[in-house]
Amino acid sequence: MSEAPAAPQTESAEPATATDRLDLLLVPPRARPGWQVLPARVVAMCVVELQKLRHDRTELYTRAVQPALWLLIFGETFTHIKAIPTGGIPYIDFLAPGIIAQSAMFIAIFYGIMIIWERDAGILTKLLVTPTPRSALIAGKSFAAGVKALIQAVVVIVIAALLGVAMTWNPLRLLAVAVAVVLGSAFFSCLSMTIAGIVLTRDRLMGIGQAITMPLFFASNALYPVAVMPGWLQAVSKVNPLSYQVDALRGLLLGTHAHLALDFTVLTLAAAAGIAAAASLLGRLAR
Amino acid sequence: MTTDDEGRPGGTPASGGPDRAPRTPAAPAPGTPAPSAPPPDAVTCRGLRYAFGETRAVDGVDLAVRPGEVFGLLGPNGAGKTTAIRCITTLLPVPEGMVRVFGHDASRERMAVRRLLGYVPQQLSADAGLTGRENVALFARVFDVARRERAARVGQALEAVGLADAAGRLAKTYSGGMIRRLELAQALVSAPRLLMLDEPTIGLDPIARTSVWEHINAVRAATGMTVLVTTHYMDEADQYCDRVALMHHGRIRALGTPDELRAALSARRRAARNPAPPTTAPSPGAPATSPAPSSSAPSRPPETAPTLEDVFRDVAGSGLDEQSGDFRDVRSTRRTANRVG
Repeated sequence: MSEAPAAPQTESAEPATATDRLDLLLVPPRARPGWQVLPARVVAMCVVELQKLRHDRTELYTRAVQPALWLLIFGETFTHIKAIPTGGIPYIDFLAPGIIAQSAMFIAIFYGIMIIWERDAGILTKLLVTPTPRSALIAGKSFAAGVKALIQAVVVIVIAALLGVAMTWNPLRLLAVAVAVVLGSAFFSCLSMTIAGIVLTRDRLMGIGQAITMPLFFASNALYPVAVMPGWLQAVSKVNPLSYQVDALRGLLLGTHAHLALDFTVLTLAAAAGIAAAASLLGRLAR
Repeated sequence: MTTDDEGRPGGTPASGGPDRAPRTPAAPAPGTPAPSAPPPDAVTCRGLRYAFGETRAVDGVDLAVRPGEVFGLLGPNGAGKTTAIRCITTLLPVPEGMVRVFGHDASRERMAVRRLLGYVPQQLSADAGLTGRENVALFARVFDVARRERAARVGQALEAVGLADAAGRLAKTYSGGMIRRLELAQALVSAPRLLMLDEPTIGLDPIARTSVWEHINAVRAATGMTVLVTTHYMDEADQYCDRVALMHHGRIRALGTPDELRAALSARRRAARNPAPPTTAPSPGAPATSPAPSSSAPSRPPETAPTLEDVFRDVAGSGLDEQSGDFRDVRSTRRTANRVG
């Protein structure tokens, strides 16, 4: 590595030369008009997320393993057994949108751990001392989680396509798929950050995250249609945003019957409510 | 409640009355800094209190940081420095008392205060997974630096701390001193008027400590910004701070220039030696008030020049090492020191 020997030199750089050109550092930047603050912070957080992913792609690969196994083993097996009524499409096709939503949710549901880590490291503290309203900070973080999940979704879609799942390639529909993935992940990351604001430690959040992911997954239409569920599970499924996300993804990717307007309304409202809840608890992480 | 005079045991003319004329009674409607009044202090705290449950972390702090000075808030772990800093930075609410930053109320005008602040917390807060440049660019973005000027501004901030050459490397490859300077660049990129540094040199080796301070000083000389720094290294405060406040158990026990504080202690020691039997340390209950009258004649050089640490021991009373910081404080300090490596 040629970088290692360079470190001592930069360490001893003379401060005398440092103040030569500082003119920009004398002028405070002009504040953006209020309505631009939220989108600007969302963009800033998403850029950071993408930069981190660019520097370290390990997570992208390791996180592809689980959805690949679900599709390959669970999907292929149940396609052959034909145990689950899917309305005429192969089970693996039926399953693929569910697995996309599930892998996105798994990423988002542990996003709160990152918030706690950033709190412990002082990164969050510093962001809270910038002219960023707490709701804008949480919105930024949640959409950053969405961007991360979106990249994961692309990986799962590619795996599904390789396994022969017949999905749409209509760019408008794919765009809507992206929106659904981002909104769903925004909600689940806010759920995670809300819990983070309550429990305040990584260990507890990890436990709670483990405890709620599988119930959320099983109490949704990701693996089987709502119609085959017992009544009480149908009721749970109705209030589970994951079901609406899966419904939207299925309708968009496979062209099955879906309630797109309802799905997107629920996902948008859930994300907004999640942002509000997490932002109101962010103060607990700040102190 | 700590009064103004209790905060200044030296009672010397330099830190005395006229230039610290209380502006608060004249302050008009809350939320609107008076434009006609003399330029406001960089930081004004009056009767600031903050309690974590039963623990009164900050217990009635009054202080005024003048524009352009390097002001040191000194004290052992657990003295309440960080809590006071977090109140000033709007991270904590101001439950009791008043905090103003350049005339803006820290509890009512949070956004206005934050725009004036550059803050470097005690922990190593740079993101290890980003490059130096990306770390600084994030703060340019969240402070609304326009896109066309972002690259140039980020470049200048990195150059100001001597990291221009290392800007493209991931922060996890940086040394502890380089990370501290990177954090300085993150704080500088928004051209703050008040730079707040919480233990900026904790855990650094002497060379890196000097380097961090040299960059702070160089930037201050070039920009004229005010610097509020907490530290428990008394020698650093002596060397680099224009004025210091000694804090202990949530209160400010002494305030003045390092020279004033040392001269006042010498005078106190002389006074104690000459007229009366040795009552070396004043009782911890009312530490800073008694010595004030004796400080008017510091003409004769003292036998052994006291250090700031001596001053601190004098005003804080005995048993310092047993009271300073609970387990959590020490652990977090050690952890920071460990990460600095």
